[in-house]
Amino acid sequence: MQLDAESLTESESSLSIAVLVSVGRHPLTGRPRRADQDARALEMAFSVAGAAPALLHAGPCDDPSEDALRCYLGMGGGTDLDSLIVLEQTADADIIPALADELTALGPQLVLCGTRAETGESSGMLPYLLAERLGWPIITGVAEIESIHEGVVVALQALPRGQRRRLSVRLPAIATADSAAPAPRASAYGPAMRGALTFSNTGSADDEARQDWLVSPARKRPKRLKIITATSARERFKAAAAKSQGGGGKVLKDLSPEAAAEAIQALLKEEGVLR
Amino acid sequence: MLDQLLPVLIIAALALAVVGAARRVFLWRRGRPSPVAFFSGLISMPRRYLVDLHHVVARDKYISRTHVATAGGFVVAAILAIVVHGFGLDSTLLAWLLIASALCMFVGSLFVAKRRADPPDRLSKGPWMRLPKSLMAFSLGVFLVTLPTAGVVPADIGGWALAAGLSGVVAWGLGEMFLGMTWGGPMKHAFAGALHLAFHRRPERFGGGRSTGLKALDLSDREAPLGAGKPEDFKWNQLLGFDACVQCGRCEAVCPAFAAGQPLNPKKLIQDMVVGLAGGTDAGYHGSPYPGKPVGEHSGAPHQAIVARQGKALVDPETLWSCTTCRACVEECPMMIEHVDAIVDMRRHITLELGVTPDKGVQVIENLIATDNPSGFSPDSRMHWAADLNLPLMSEKGSADVLLWMGDGAFDQRNQRTLRALVQILRAANVDFAVLGNDERDSGDLARRLGDEATFQSLARRNIATLANAEFESIVTCDPHSFHVLKNEYPELGGSYTVYHHSTFIADLMANNRFQVTPWKGNSVTYHDPCYLGRYNGEYEAPRNVLKALGMDVVEMQRSGYKSRCCGGGGAAPVIDIPGKRRIPDMRMEDIRETGAELVAVGCPQCTAMLEGVVEPSPQVRDIAELVAANLVEPAPQKPLSPSRPTVEVMH
Ligand code: SF4
Ligand code: SF4
Repeated sequence: MQLDAESLTESESSLSIAVLVSVGRHPLTGRPRRADQDARALEMAFSVAGAAPALLHAGPCDDPSEDALRCYLGMGGGTDLDSLIVLEQTADADIIPALADELTALGPQLVLCGTRAETGESSGMLPYLLAERLGWPIITGVAEIESIHEGVVVALQALPRGQRRRLSVRLPAIATADSAAPAPRASAYGPAMRGALTFSNTGSADDEARQDWLVSPARKRPKRLKIITATSARERFKAAAAKSQGGGGKVLKDLSPEAAAEAIQALLKEEGVLR
Repeated sequence: MLDQLLPVLIIAALALAVVGAARRVFLWRRGRPSPVAFFSGLISMPRRYLVDLHHVVARDKYISRTHVATAGGFVVAAILAIVVHGFGLDSTLLAWLLIASALCMFVGSLFVAKRRADPPDRLSKGPWMRLPKSLMAFSLGVFLVTLPTAGVVPADIGGWALAAGLSGVVAWGLGEMFLGMTWGGPMKHAFAGALHLAFHRRPERFGGGRSTGLKALDLSDREAPLGAGKPEDFKWNQLLGFDACVQCGRCEAVCPAFAAGQPLNPKKLIQDMVVGLAGGTDAGYHGSPYPGKPVGEHSGAPHQAIVARQGKALVDPETLWSCTTCRACVEECPMMIEHVDAIVDMRRHITLELGVTPDKGVQVIENLIATDNPSGFSPDSRMHWAADLNLPLMSEKGSADVLLWMGDGAFDQRNQRTLRALVQILRAANVDFAVLGNDERDSGDLARRLGDEATFQSLARRNIATLANAEFESIVTCDPHSFHVLKNEYPELGGSYTVYHHSTFIADLMANNRFQVTPWKGNSVTYHDPCYLGRYNGEYEAPRNVLKALGMDVVEMQRSGYKSRCCGGGGAAPVIDIPGKRRIPDMRMEDIRETGAELVAVGCPQCTAMLEGVVEPSPQVRDIAELVAANLVEPAPQKPLSPSRPTVEVMH
């Protein structure tokens, strides 16, 4: 995963990357842990030669979540990573302003995080809102960072069924790690315990949007049965492996951004999302 | 002329030896502090040497007799030579004694020479091949120069040429025996060995005792590096212990990983630690290498990493992960060196500091942290195996005579048959028992042997807290690993219990006629001693008694009892699975086949899994509990053991 030493220039050897990490939740037992995609994001940061990743967490911080956060520090053995900045927030704060302020102060060229958190709203909106606020481009679902050269990052975006799309984006940018990104290294107890949690004093802004929400436990939704009328084993296998194909849809290529935006808007109107 | 030369030679050799000794002590003291009982250790040293050490040496009668003659002769001869020739004490009696002891040593050295004429592979060559000659030089030289002192020959016999020749021989002998002892020659084992016996970190082992539990790591000191990453991270008396190795290769001869061609040789490992503590490369090693790893490519120093993040250092991680922690090496080592402690210390560093535990190990650790069992099953499903058994729960009952510790075998279909058999026996014997149910967690055995002391302590502490809420007289388990950890490793963390392996408990029930069995009518049976029951806990008798009480004729394998060969299932070895030329369970199955037995009785879920994993056709593998349950007279109050029944009936 290490990038070629050749592709490095002076400025890149001091490339600053911030990795946003959250407290995860084990799917079976619900115990706090490092969030899988966030850990992959950190692993991705390590894969960029010469990068010195800074860890950033915004959210409430109690003992169990501190242990979980320390798991990210535990990945830093043998690297320079030995501290994590915690922006302590109330449980129902909007963490975007605090994160944006801290990132502006830190001034990283690349921000990495998981695609979606394992706790909280888990809406996957954070990277978008942050990108919007900072006015940076965003690359979602990255499987691998191929190179960072002269202020441009080349990344492979993970698409369904193992497909990849190569994207070049000018820095500074936000990239989110997909579950297809390389598995994170183990977290070692020693560096995890020795690492420092630096608390940064930022106020928490109330999440106004959330105040009007009604939160209720999720219900299991009925699943539509897939009726397969295959006659041979090969057909059955194909049907099982196939992703559900949306009926219509168009592939638009080589459009100007304006034309693309119009096409999307037209679709949203058609579907009744925009009125 | 000899009169003037001898004192000079002896005093000079002694002085240099003292300098060497000081340097060696300094090397050991680079290790971390470890409190020892200094004076009582020194005082009990001769006893430990004469009784405990020789108890192990005496397993090889040839070498024990040889050693008594050579070492005994040498100690007496050396002291007398210093007195008679060094300080010139003129006593005919002492001179005669000196002559006698030198002769005794000489005879011994003849036998050493004979063993060395065509040495077995396990012995180191190199400087060790000159040792018999050096022993002869010393004994013969001392013998000859003492003849005039005893008045046998006139003092002025021979000319200066003879005197010079004799002094040369004596100088050679002195060089090997006195200088070599403290400057790193083969005789170092005598000096370091004596002190190692005095300051052993497990003094409980002397006088027939047993001390096998791993020692807890202090996790509260956040600054101290965890485990042994560099040679100087070992405790000082561990370093001293490494230095005591006499390179006899007994450990190598019994090591299952070495025999399987995995890259581990306990003798080489100890020698590598010596290289590390003194600094240098392993090029000076003249024994069998780690299988598949040439000698001379590794090097180290007290402050250098033992395992490199990248490339080579002193030891490769595969070597450390090959060990099954079977303790066969420790059991066989005449110098009572603690190989397993050292291996686990280095694994601790790999896992806790470097975080480069091999993949499967990481998965197991993550599962243990998140789900309290190594396979990542939901902790709520621990009792599923017993859905139809209506087992009494401690949380409801509050107290029972016996707490049945299920172990992670509760998740394993094969072991569930053993557990059901055990429950059947307990019920037939009317034992008042209960289980912790879903409140039970993994004992921590696997985490600890993977080097993850933090997860071990977390599991242990939580188990201890759960156990504190239950009232029971004893714990019974069919898993020797849980048995060992609960019995020997929890006390250090504050949980002391009476723990029985199910074979001990069943043997007791049978001795008290708590249930009736029909006599066994099958063919011959052999018994495989699980390492964690036998060598770790000294229980060799109870399982055999149970089998005998069943009317079985137990044929012993050549390697049984304390010599039992590991099944390959311990110490997280199957998790990491370092490739070798053969598989350890295949070799063990060979041992079993050699007896001609049609069935092998076992007492451990790991052994069952490993031995049943051997390609058929092979003898059947049955847990002791299954064998007893199948022969219970009383009609079973529960459903029959459907999966195992047919095979059992065939054997009737
Ligand atoms: S470690 Fe013990 S058994 Fe192994 S070679 Fe050294 S002295 Fe012999
Ligand atoms: S404990 Fe067993 S496997 Fe490990 S080195 Fe010793 S003999 Fe070999």
